[in-house]
Amino acid sequence: MFETIILILDSTIRVSTPLLLACLAGLYSERSGVVDIGLEGKMLGAAFGAGAVAYLTASAWLGLLAGIGVSVALGLLHGFASITNRGNQIVSGVAINFLAAGLTALLGQTWFREGGRTPALPEGGRFSEIVWPLAAEIRDIPVLGPIYSELLSGHKILVYAAFLAVPLTWWVLFRSRFGLRLRAVGENPAAVDTAGISVTWLRYRAVILCGVLCGFAGSYLSVAAGSGFGVNMTAGQGFMALAALIFAKWKPFNAMFACLLFGFLDAAGTRLQGVSFPVIGEVPLQVFQALPYVLTVVLLAGFIGKAIPPKASGIPYLKERS
Amino acid sequence: MSAGQLPRWVDYVLIPFLNLAAAFLVSGLVVILIGENPLDAVKILLWGSLGYAEGFGFTLFYATNFIFTGLAVAVAFHAGLFNIGGEGQAYVGGLGVAIACLALDRYVPWYVTLPFAIAGSAIAGAAWAFIPAWLQARRGSHVVITTIMFNYISFSLMVYLLNNALKKPGSMQPETRTFEDGGRIPFLNDLFPSLGFGYAPVNLSLVVALAACVLVWLLIWRTKLGYEIRSFGANATAAVYAGISPVRIIVVTMLISGGLAGMMAINEIMGSQHRLLIDFVTGYGFVGIAVALMGRAHPVGIVLASILFGMLYQGGAELSFEMPNITRDMIIVIQGLVILFAGALEHMFRPAIIRLFTPARALRAKEA
Amino acid sequence: MSDTPAIELRRINKSFGPVQANKDIDLVVKKGSIHGIIGENGAGKSTLMSILYGFYHADDGDILVNGKKVTISDSKAAIGMGIGMVHQHFMLVDNFSVLENVVLGAEDSALLSGSLGRARVELKRLEEEYELRVDPDALIQDLPVGLQQRVEILKALYRNAEVLILDEPTGVLTPAEADHLFKILEVLKGEGKTVLLITHKLREIMKATDTVSVMRRGEMVATRETAKTSMEELAELMVGRSVLLRVDKTPAEPKAPVMEVENLTVTDSRGVQVVKDVSFSVRAGEIVGIAGVSGNGQSELLETLAGIRRATKGSLKINGETIDLGTSTLDAADMRAKNMGHVPEDRHRMGLINSFSEYENSILGYHRDPAYSKGLLMDLGAIKKNAVAEIEKYDIRPPNPMLKTANFSGGNQQKIVLAREIERDPEVLLVGQPTRGVDIGAIEFIHRRIVELRDAGKGILLVSVELDEIRALSDRVLVMFDGRIVGERGADAEEGELGLLMAGVEDNRNAAKGVAL
Repeated sequence: MFETIILILDSTIRVSTPLLLACLAGLYSERSGVVDIGLEGKMLGAAFGAGAVAYLTASAWLGLLAGIGVSVALGLLHGFASITNRGNQIVSGVAINFLAAGLTALLGQTWFREGGRTPALPEGGRFSEIVWPLAAEIRDIPVLGPIYSELLSGHKILVYAAFLAVPLTWWVLFRSRFGLRLRAVGENPAAVDTAGISVTWLRYRAVILCGVLCGFAGSYLSVAAGSGFGVNMTAGQGFMALAALIFAKWKPFNAMFACLLFGFLDAAGTRLQGVSFPVIGEVPLQVFQALPYVLTVVLLAGFIGKAIPPKASGIPYLKERS
Repeated sequence: MSAGQLPRWVDYVLIPFLNLAAAFLVSGLVVILIGENPLDAVKILLWGSLGYAEGFGFTLFYATNFIFTGLAVAVAFHAGLFNIGGEGQAYVGGLGVAIACLALDRYVPWYVTLPFAIAGSAIAGAAWAFIPAWLQARRGSHVVITTIMFNYISFSLMVYLLNNALKKPGSMQPETRTFEDGGRIPFLNDLFPSLGFGYAPVNLSLVVALAACVLVWLLIWRTKLGYEIRSFGANATAAVYAGISPVRIIVVTMLISGGLAGMMAINEIMGSQHRLLIDFVTGYGFVGIAVALMGRAHPVGIVLASILFGMLYQGGAELSFEMPNITRDMIIVIQGLVILFAGALEHMFRPAIIRLFTPARALRAKEA
Repeated sequence: MSDTPAIELRRINKSFGPVQANKDIDLVVKKGSIHGIIGENGAGKSTLMSILYGFYHADDGDILVNGKKVTISDSKAAIGMGIGMVHQHFMLVDNFSVLENVVLGAEDSALLSGSLGRARVELKRLEEEYELRVDPDALIQDLPVGLQQRVEILKALYRNAEVLILDEPTGVLTPAEADHLFKILEVLKGEGKTVLLITHKLREIMKATDTVSVMRRGEMVATRETAKTSMEELAELMVGRSVLLRVDKTPAEPKAPVMEVENLTVTDSRGVQVVKDVSFSVRAGEIVGIAGVSGNGQSELLETLAGIRRATKGSLKINGETIDLGTSTLDAADMRAKNMGHVPEDRHRMGLINSFSEYENSILGYHRDPAYSKGLLMDLGAIKKNAVAEIEKYDIRPPNPMLKTANFSGGNQQKIVLAREIERDPEVLLVGQPTRGVDIGAIEFIHRRIVELRDAGKGILLVSVELDEIRALSDRVLVMFDGRIVGERGADAEEGELGLLMAGVEDNRNAAKGVAL
């Protein structure tokens, strides 16, 4: 029983990682007032870029870099449409999702001829597990052993990076000058403008940071969790990250719990498929799958407290003529 | 930069044309990037989609789907709402169709089943749009995000139903039993063999789609409700001044929108597949967004845009035979570019165009 | 006090498209003084200050700061030159603390902890020196408006502003808070700061300033030493001796009231009471004009009566029924059904849908009338016929019902709205700013139509910031200030007298009678 729980939790951590990275990415963007539903597209693009370059160079790190590059490029496109052109941010996000979906499969087929995926990664092209010291020895100690050697030790570096990104993001948002200004521009851009700070440049920086983190998220999928890019491998995780962001009310530590929760539902659902519960009987896998989305809708409806986005969210900034 | 500054034709024809041209130009660049000749590709695409009767039949079949989902997005646009839930609403619409067909197909001919199927699909699609609509109207929850969530929930729901309640007895496939004749809309090829549509699944749903176009046109531009929808979408403050209820408009518009998206299922389920199966929507709901943007949310534009995208899908299939490098994913890229240029970047060319037109106008204005 | 002026403006010009907001403005502000700039809304005061603060760039003219010609490219540059602005609509982040708001943009390092610590010390010093006490850790959204304003001032002082511009600072303050603000201004003056006080309220000018400049319609019309002028003189300069619009009308013969408003109170979304316990009536065959500077509650009053805004409490008697406005859910369509017409103050925002054609706008609000329907569909023939008739009757040009109203001139747009509302033959007509942005010819026409309606025995409530218009049209004039009706006069009232009431000076007549309004 305990083993099962550990396995589920272990799985939870791995499944939550890309969600968490994408969620933090969206956090930066939305906190600055730029709505981003293109997280999915950026993740997918990054996954492809990382998988392709990791294969070609046999280096997971170069793959990561490439993934970040693709994601940032897509992010700048979104920024160009939303900030400079003051276009509809939702439409822009939808467009980027399609572009990423189409281009990754298309280029994947053209360059690698394996039906749109990238080939399996060679040695060095994939991040390996990081085993903590004495993990093998401690394993047999009851309770603490498995927690140390299975749950905590043995993840890829990007997993640890994702969870470290949470306090880091908190620190940037609430303890740095940049974070103060970022949060301000999402609430009242006019206040920032009249204080003599460029609203445009702040928002672009937010969008770039979003791109970087989505780059991590997507790259994780292809060069850490998996071995190479597969068509549509993000499978909606970008939207789940968005749901988690709303559920987390745009706060970093809440985001971590939200993503862990969603990850847990996924991992548990897989494990509990076919298991009979008392009274309810068997809970269909689809219930677990749909739960994060249902929860988000309930939250948006204001039944679990109010989800108040940054005040200037989604509104292009125009100097008003008083 | 008011609406009155540029001549009407610039707003309605020139700028949309420029946006589209940009989208296709970039598409051409992508084709070059993957090492193919865009001009050859275009030739094959045109031939595959229009060059022979059966190909044209396929084009029309796809277009039928896009007309429904495009109308859905367009109706919502007129009220200033962005319904991205067409994918899920169409999926659930299939449920309505299947229920009607499974109940009646053994007892009555198809033309008796059809009205029930239409009603079923529309009601199911509308029901799926209701909660997001009500939440937006009453609680301000952003309809874009709720409809995306409902898309995902619909996937789970339908997979569950198709694996359990609706499953064909004795089968491992997650689909219903095949409908009998009473649940099948005739193919156009069966009705008019001389047209030579061959194996193309284009069916009488096309007529239903075109009828829907006419009805939507009448609704939006000739009825009181349509007047209220357009007013609310154009200027919500003026709409309140005119005594129009925002809550009512939001909900009613989304219900109509959901219903139209749901009706797409008639073409696929009753007109082609003859059974309800998993993921028959395959992204057509999203194409509706591109079609509505490209067609400027007007039924005429939507029909034209639907045919264009139908050509892309059919021609794209042809293309993937002749030029295997250009897979069907190219269409998704084009879709994304159309949404980008006709949607997010739709005003990108405006400043340049205004500069082009302004000197003459400014002079005339000064003389006046 | 040195002789070099702190701020000097020479021949400043600024246009927005066809509208000239500032025309040949000259201004000299002495260092260490409190200089008032008074004028009605639309006079150009805010635009001028925005130029000084770098928000806009002047088309023409020079700006001198401390005697040196400068270019103020943006707000950052303005701040660097020691110019600070306290905006009318606060530039604060609601869910930040006072300290965070003060520091925003002026943090002295990339790490907040150090910056905030140092800022806290400096803030405390400023608070003490200028008696602007406020809790640095309080969230803006939890502070009353008066304290929020202090934060705005502290922001400017924290950035070493030598010149402080205050834009309509007392609009949201209680009288007590306003008095305290003036004390603060004295303290600032004592410390050698220069203050520019922008306001439309005469009392404040007389109370708080050393010198005052008067702006009207984009021009600087006069500058006076406050001690050597009077409210009457300033009122006259402010409102102007423009040609009195004469409208030929026979004396009114009012009958029974068609609309009675009692104890109407309206609160806005910020919790501020914008209409305070207003009561009045409008009789059949009379025009009641509400005079007042924009922003004193008239807009909200009109919107509430029209069914667009919810009241906090009050009652309305119309069409033979009494409505409890505090609990009513009647909307604009319901009010129309009670024979009330509404020509809104802002035809662009509310009265017209400019992307619609003229004939579509001609039925806005009345689109459900059976006369315009043919079964389920709208009867376009009937609608267009009606539109053409209105175009002819009201001489709307160009006489094309298919043209988008965005393409009509201001005067013709207004005529479209007026035609729509008047031709419905309402018992009560609410009219707001009927001739705003309208050319002279159309003004006359519109005025005549309104008087015609009154002669036909209808009741009209007219709201306008143009005092001439009020005086020309009204049979009775009510003056609104700070959400209240502060005085009532007949149609023959003196301009100066009304100007004083409009500027918040207490009604002498009532004061003498000992009646509190």
